[in-house]
Amino acid sequence: MNFNATLIGQMITFGLLVLFTMKYVWPPIMQAMQDRQKKIADGLASAERGVREQELAQAKAAQTLKEAKQQSAEIVAQAHKRANEIIEQSKQDARTEGDRQLAAAKAEIEQEVNRAREQLRHQVVSLAVTGASKVLKREVDEAANAALLDDLVAQL
Amino acid sequence: MSESGHSATGYIVHHLTNLKVGEGFWTLHLDTMFFSISLGALFLWLFMKAAKSATSGVPGPLQNFCEIMVDFVDTQVKDSFHGRNPVIAPLALTIFIWVFLWNAMDLVPVDLLPAIAGLLGIPYLRVVPSTDLNSTFGMSIAVLLLVYYYSIKVKGPVHFTMEVLTHPFGKWFMPFNLLLRIVEDLAKPISLGLRLFGNLYAGELIFILIALLPWWIQFTLGWPWAVFHILVITLQAFIFMVLTIVYLSMAHEDH
Repeated sequence: MNFNATLIGQMITFGLLVLFTMKYVWPPIMQAMQDRQKKIADGLASAERGVREQELAQAKAAQTLKEAKQQSAEIVAQAHKRANEIIEQSKQDARTEGDRQLAAAKAEIEQEVNRAREQLRHQVVSLAVTGASKVLKREVDEAANAALLDDLVAQL
Repeated sequence: MSESGHSATGYIVHHLTNLKVGEGFWTLHLDTMFFSISLGALFLWLFMKAAKSATSGVPGPLQNFCEIMVDFVDTQVKDSFHGRNPVIAPLALTIFIWVFLWNAMDLVPVDLLPAIAGLLGIPYLRVVPSTDLNSTFGMSIAVLLLVYYYSIKVKGPVHFTMEVLTHPFGKWFMPFNLLLRIVEDLAKPISLGLRLFGNLYAGELIFILIALLPWWIQFTLGWPWAVFHILVITLQAFIFMVLTIVYLSMAHEDH
């Protein structure tokens, strides 16, 4: 149990072991562990970011959907309105056209009536002249009595 | 493996004798050197293998084990040492694993390796390096030298001398302070070396004594003692490491 050169040998061995550990064992293992730590931290961070982005995208999608619905509702409403307008317009047009045609027909009828009346007057006058001629047994000079006849026609 | 009652003393003495060469101080314990260097090589081989293929991806089982050890030691160092020193953590790892491997040799059946050596013509073989005072003191003195190295390096020679002379009772008690410091610094390696040696020597001795019992009763004592020893060998390695860290961190701090 005495001290001897083994002590020195052991000290040297110990020193060498520590040196080797310092140079070749500790740094690579530590490095790997730190790298992994960083990797995991990065992974967790990016996962978090992904979740946040997904939430954002979802919110955006919901917003877009809402807007689209609103727009489509607006478009439908506008279409309804336009259809009503068109119907109204058509009704209006139809009425106007009908009125116009009615008026034209009335005017024509009036014209016809007037013409017929005129004709009738003339026939009545000529009948009256003929009658008068027969009564007088002689020719009534139409030209000489034109003023008289026109007056007669106006009175009819 | 008791040969007979009256040769029990001879059996024990035989088991406690080192294989040595040389005379006087220049004696070398070949068995201690062989086993400690082999175990050191085993430690380095394992850890360098893990270190060489160390990846930040998914670690293999060996890397996992080494990382657990490294992380464990690193935590211990960070707990008690707050400065920056690239030596302390690898030093602590070396101490922990190496001392653990030394101690673990105690769990090899006491007669196995000496019997094999006997067949090869080697007369004596002590397989547990930590039952050799030269090993434990070699380590603890190396630690003391490191403590001095860092004390002087960190504080500077002047500050260090002042601290030795004036702490803890002020400058009027210089001789007393110096004496106290010497005792304190002597106590460090002695307590470190003797604690490890004492525990493992006692453990080994008890294994030898158990081996003297009849073979059919040995397991009743051998088994519990071996199980208990698993705790002892780990604990002693851990204590050596932690105290080394504490001493070295004290060297970095002002009193």
